[in-house]
Amino acid sequence: MNQDIYVIVEHLRGQVADISYVMLAAARLLAQGTGGKVVAVILGHNAREQVVGLGADQVLYLDHPSLAEFTSDAYLKALAGLISENAPRVVLLGHTSVGMDVASGLSVRLSLPLVSQCRSVSTDNSLLKFISQICGGKIMAEGVLPVPTALMTMVPGGFKPEHGWSAQPPEVTPVTVPTMEGLRVTLKQYVEPEAGDVDISKEQILVSVGRGIQNQDNLELAQELADALGAVMCASRPVVDQGWLPTTRLVGKSGKSVKPKVYLALGISGAPEHVEGITGSDVIIAVNTDPAAPIFDVARYGVEMDMLDLLPVLTEQVRQATGG
Amino acid sequence: MNIIVPVKLVPDLVEELTIDSSGKALDTSWLRLILNEFDDHAIEQAILLKERIGGQVTIVAPDVEGIDDVLYTTVAKGADRLIKLVGDFAGGFNNHALARVFSAVIKELQPDLLLTGVQAHNDLDGSVGPLLAEQLGMPYIGYVAGVTLTDGNVIARKEYPGGLIAEMEVTLPAVLGIQAAQQPPRYIAVSKVRQAMKTATIEEQTAAELDPTGGLTIGRMFQPEAGAQATMITGEVNEIAARLVSFFKELGIL
Repeated sequence: MNQDIYVIVEHLRGQVADISYVMLAAARLLAQGTGGKVVAVILGHNAREQVVGLGADQVLYLDHPSLAEFTSDAYLKALAGLISENAPRVVLLGHTSVGMDVASGLSVRLSLPLVSQCRSVSTDNSLLKFISQICGGKIMAEGVLPVPTALMTMVPGGFKPEHGWSAQPPEVTPVTVPTMEGLRVTLKQYVEPEAGDVDISKEQILVSVGRGIQNQDNLELAQELADALGAVMCASRPVVDQGWLPTTRLVGKSGKSVKPKVYLALGISGAPEHVEGITGSDVIIAVNTDPAAPIFDVARYGVEMDMLDLLPVLTEQVRQATGG
Repeated sequence: MNIIVPVKLVPDLVEELTIDSSGKALDTSWLRLILNEFDDHAIEQAILLKERIGGQVTIVAPDVEGIDDVLYTTVAKGADRLIKLVGDFAGGFNNHALARVFSAVIKELQPDLLLTGVQAHNDLDGSVGPLLAEQLGMPYIGYVAGVTLTDGNVIARKEYPGGLIAEMEVTLPAVLGIQAAQQPPRYIAVSKVRQAMKTATIEEQTAAELDPTGGLTIGRMFQPEAGAQATMITGEVNEIAARLVSFFKELGIL
């Protein structure tokens, strides 16, 4: 066992994901506690240029044709070999479509404990601590990272990505990849997102609806407000999963990140997956019946009310103000 | 096609959550449990596949408060077989323990395909799907929204941020973590659920002893300070609307 902190760098089609820098920032803090190194781990094929900007002391680079694109099976195999051989103190993965596909498998295969949905870490003498955010952001769970090696999946929000950046190129150590036969998952193709009617990431005013909209018929109430404001309508995951708005209007982790002047969050509780996509907004105004909704932690203005009661009145007043 | 859907119930976030006297766990005495919403999508996807290509859908769940109603509802939707795992679940359990219990029972069912929700909001030690996949020695793909079958293989549409989809082929048997079914979960009238209660049978199987190894010890649970950031606007609905309109003007959007 060593005292290093490993960060499994997440990259997709030539682009390093922001969560990788968030994890590097967390790893730096942990490494100060353990006295070990921050080690970035890159899996890929001809992907050496991805090391640029990584705030790590060392890069372990695993190159293999079967690692050219992410598949859970190949990543799991390559990482299991690396982690069991080196036994780092902590291994950080993103709580994402990539990291979550492999973290649990690693935990079972290597009999190592796993902490998921981790938002922040801290050190207390030799103890490494984590705080995970669960129940849609309503509950925090705190504990000590188990020894000898702890696996972790991280959500954004606790560390700034720019703190995981470094202009200094880290030393790159190639690592031999084990034989990669018998893989059961293969990437057939990427399908680009449908070209949307609008690009919500470029809109200045967004009227966003969540579960509080209750049914499809009520969407019209939100659309009327959007029309009065000259805004575009978007939504959180439950509304899109119901098929009430197309995926091009989805805001959050699996959708788009938006950065409007005003983001009106109507009946949106503010689960971390949603909040992740709206932190670039200038002003967030939230309307929700639940005073404990996490959306009020990121909003500048809040209204504790049923959006359906507010909408017709607000639309009418906006129309009057614009002479519409 | 033998499709298994292992499901779990989670606290209803609409209700107020409180921490128990130990300060380390949720107070379960008043907790209302509901089906994990992603598991609901997994059930829907399983039934859609059955309707398309035939086969049998089996729902497996631990015996916790409210599980019978959830299971009967799945029969009304089109599930064929219900298995309730009876064990010491009342004291709480982590996903590692649940996955081990699932794995012991599901192995015997010789499944072709397992569908489960990609995650649950209370996951603290990984999600059930990939834990179970590894227990069973099967491959796993998560964040799936769309499943197609070709001879002996499955094509799963895996979601990445920004709407990008990766079409991945996986050999069977396999486990898929469902983000969203190809159609929203169907609505079932209460009368149909009552009907299912009369006709369907819930098989009980004894769960193996819960083994939480691989999970965590929580030192403290707490609620983040609510609404710490927002300035709350109060009053009658007319006054609130007027305040918002004046904010819109200040912000230069009206």
